[in-house]
Amino acid sequence: MDKPLIEFQNVTKRFGTKTVLDQVNLKIYEGQVTTIIGLSGGGKSVLLKHIIGLLQPDEGTILFRNRPLRHGKGRHTSFAKGEISYMFQDNALFDSMNIFENVALPLLETTNLSNTEIKKRVLARLEQTELTEAKYKYPSELSGGMQKRAALARALITDPKIVLFDEPTSGQDPVRKNAILSMIAQYQRKFGFTAILVSHEIPDVYFISNRILALYNKRIVFEGTPEELEDFDHPFNDEVIQSLEGLQAELTGLASRRRFKVLYRAQMKRGQQGGEIYSVALFTLDALESVINRLGYDIAQETVQHLGSFINKQFSPVGGFSTRFSANQFVTVLPYTDLAEAKDILKNFIADFTEYGIHNIVNGNGEKQPQNACAEFSILVGLAQGQPLMNIESVIDTAEKNQTEIGRVNCS
Amino acid sequence: MIHKVLWVIQIKFWNSRFMASFSDIKNNSQNKTRLGVFKFLFEPFAFTGRLTILWIKSLGAAAIFLTLAALKIFQNKQLVKIVQQLYYIGAKSTLIILLVGLFTGMVLGLQSYYALVKFGAEGALGTLVALSLVRELGPVLTAIMITARAGSAITAEIGIQRISEQIDALDTMRIDPLKYLISPRIAASIISFPILTALFDLIGIVGGYVSVVIVLGVTSNTYFYRVQSSLELKDITDGFIKSIVFAVIVSTVCCFQGYFAHMRADSHGAKAVGLATTSAVVLSCVLILLSDYVVTSLLIQ
Repeated sequence: MDKPLIEFQNVTKRFGTKTVLDQVNLKIYEGQVTTIIGLSGGGKSVLLKHIIGLLQPDEGTILFRNRPLRHGKGRHTSFAKGEISYMFQDNALFDSMNIFENVALPLLETTNLSNTEIKKRVLARLEQTELTEAKYKYPSELSGGMQKRAALARALITDPKIVLFDEPTSGQDPVRKNAILSMIAQYQRKFGFTAILVSHEIPDVYFISNRILALYNKRIVFEGTPEELEDFDHPFNDEVIQSLEGLQAELTGLASRRRFKVLYRAQMKRGQQGGEIYSVALFTLDALESVINRLGYDIAQETVQHLGSFINKQFSPVGGFSTRFSANQFVTVLPYTDLAEAKDILKNFIADFTEYGIHNIVNGNGEKQPQNACAEFSILVGLAQGQPLMNIESVIDTAEKNQTEIGRVNCS
Repeated sequence: MIHKVLWVIQIKFWNSRFMASFSDIKNNSQNKTRLGVFKFLFEPFAFTGRLTILWIKSLGAAAIFLTLAALKIFQNKQLVKIVQQLYYIGAKSTLIILLVGLFTGMVLGLQSYYALVKFGAEGALGTLVALSLVRELGPVLTAIMITARAGSAITAEIGIQRISEQIDALDTMRIDPLKYLISPRIAASIISFPILTALFDLIGIVGGYVSVVIVLGVTSNTYFYRVQSSLELKDITDGFIKSIVFAVIVSTVCCFQGYFAHMRADSHGAKAVGLATTSAVVLSCVLILLSDYVVTSLLIQ
């Protein structure tokens, strides 16, 4: 892999007698979304503050593009600051300025742009973050989600190369959490910055992260992709991830990815003994991007959520278990079912879905839907029969190839 | 041109030597010394020693703080912010200064009359009112009034920005918090203190006229003749020098207390801001009176 953008070498930080980071080593690469996960109070924010230079390590060095961030006991060298933006956990908006002034401030103070140019850029950013109507309001007059978006707009106004997010989803409801994460992912693709997140939102962050760093017991115990983390055998996994996933599963009603795998493995085992077969259905909500663009992140996430709980409700009675597979896909496994039976079950599902499902999904967000705004999207489903000893990924692939459209929401 | 030269000097000089100790003071959260009655009773020498060291440390930090902020007054993009602060610190204090000045002059005339009439010297009333106002009461009372009105507001505002991480946010945006928050306030104080002192003096003399001439019946000509003949230019410049010294003290103390509100050993969060505001006002008033004596004794020679 290419050279790391940021590298920690044996970084130790103490507050008084309490050690928060102990000999931390990590690498962060350019152009990726890197997420730092770990327990509350485990030093994740402290780690992030070292990158931007709000805190200095007691021992060890931090390399930024292979240059140390600090020489000896002098001032923090600020060459890195120009490229980095930081989004604070509790936003740190300037509460005696309105949103427009908040977002404009970095440009006003650090660049020599003309006022009209600044105004143009700020308005464009506010438009992108759906804050145009709130631009003359003060931070305290906005909801938590809007404050987050304002903080995001402020962090992105200087077109930074690196953005650090300190728990961007804290204090938000599950729908809005996903909305914020998908917003970060979308902006990351759009502007191509390097994103470093601190988050608890397992498994939601897996969908948007390229790399996961796990901070446990003052050290980084894991560096790698989300898929690698699934197979990572360490107390961290049992303590942190499972409890967080369990919480998530309770909130949405869907099986967590881990639980899904456990169920699946159990199924496979039975399969080996009795030669049982099973089927896999893959549901895709097509054109999620266009829904986001037309109706906003919140409604798009609600739509996905509604689809998920609908699928869960329909298939749990027949013994199926479902999970969210990616940002807009759900997988359901139907045990003891061959393709013909699965087709029958699915036929019932489609009948129900056309009668109630689409209605529900549209109704579910109907109240919030802005007038005259409408987005077209369709829902696809594909079936595949799994053989025992067959890898689930390949079954899902087959299911994806077999997908056909079962429902469509049209603008009328 | 001049700010570039100053900038270079600052970088060469401060960066290497003093920033290190400054950032030590900024970061030494573990060295917070708790000083209480218990320590004073059972370890009096250690208590005194620690207190002295703490005082000297903060004095040094405040001196560096002031110097850095003062140098940053002359950088780019400061004019608008200085004018804004002039409005808050200066213009908005006008009314209260006029009110306090008027009544100070009036009561001064009243009290002096009863003292002077015993010696049959009520003709000297104008002299007494004018000299005590211009040399002493004007600068001191103006400084105390602005401390109460604007100084407390400065500390509270900066303190809240500190505890809600807004100052850190400025830092991450490459906006120098000293330049953005502190320098304009120090500049605005240095400009507005002498002007408000002049206003205070003027309205105080009018107040003296109200009580001495209108209420007590001394002739108007005598009063104004004495005022005019006894005042020299030196009295007025001395008054201005004092008010500038007070401006520097008040703005530094108030900004410093707010800026380091999160470092207080005695409290955290909102309470720390409250305590910082209290100690800013108390410390400012004490230092105004202390330095008043020092400056007066220097100027009188």
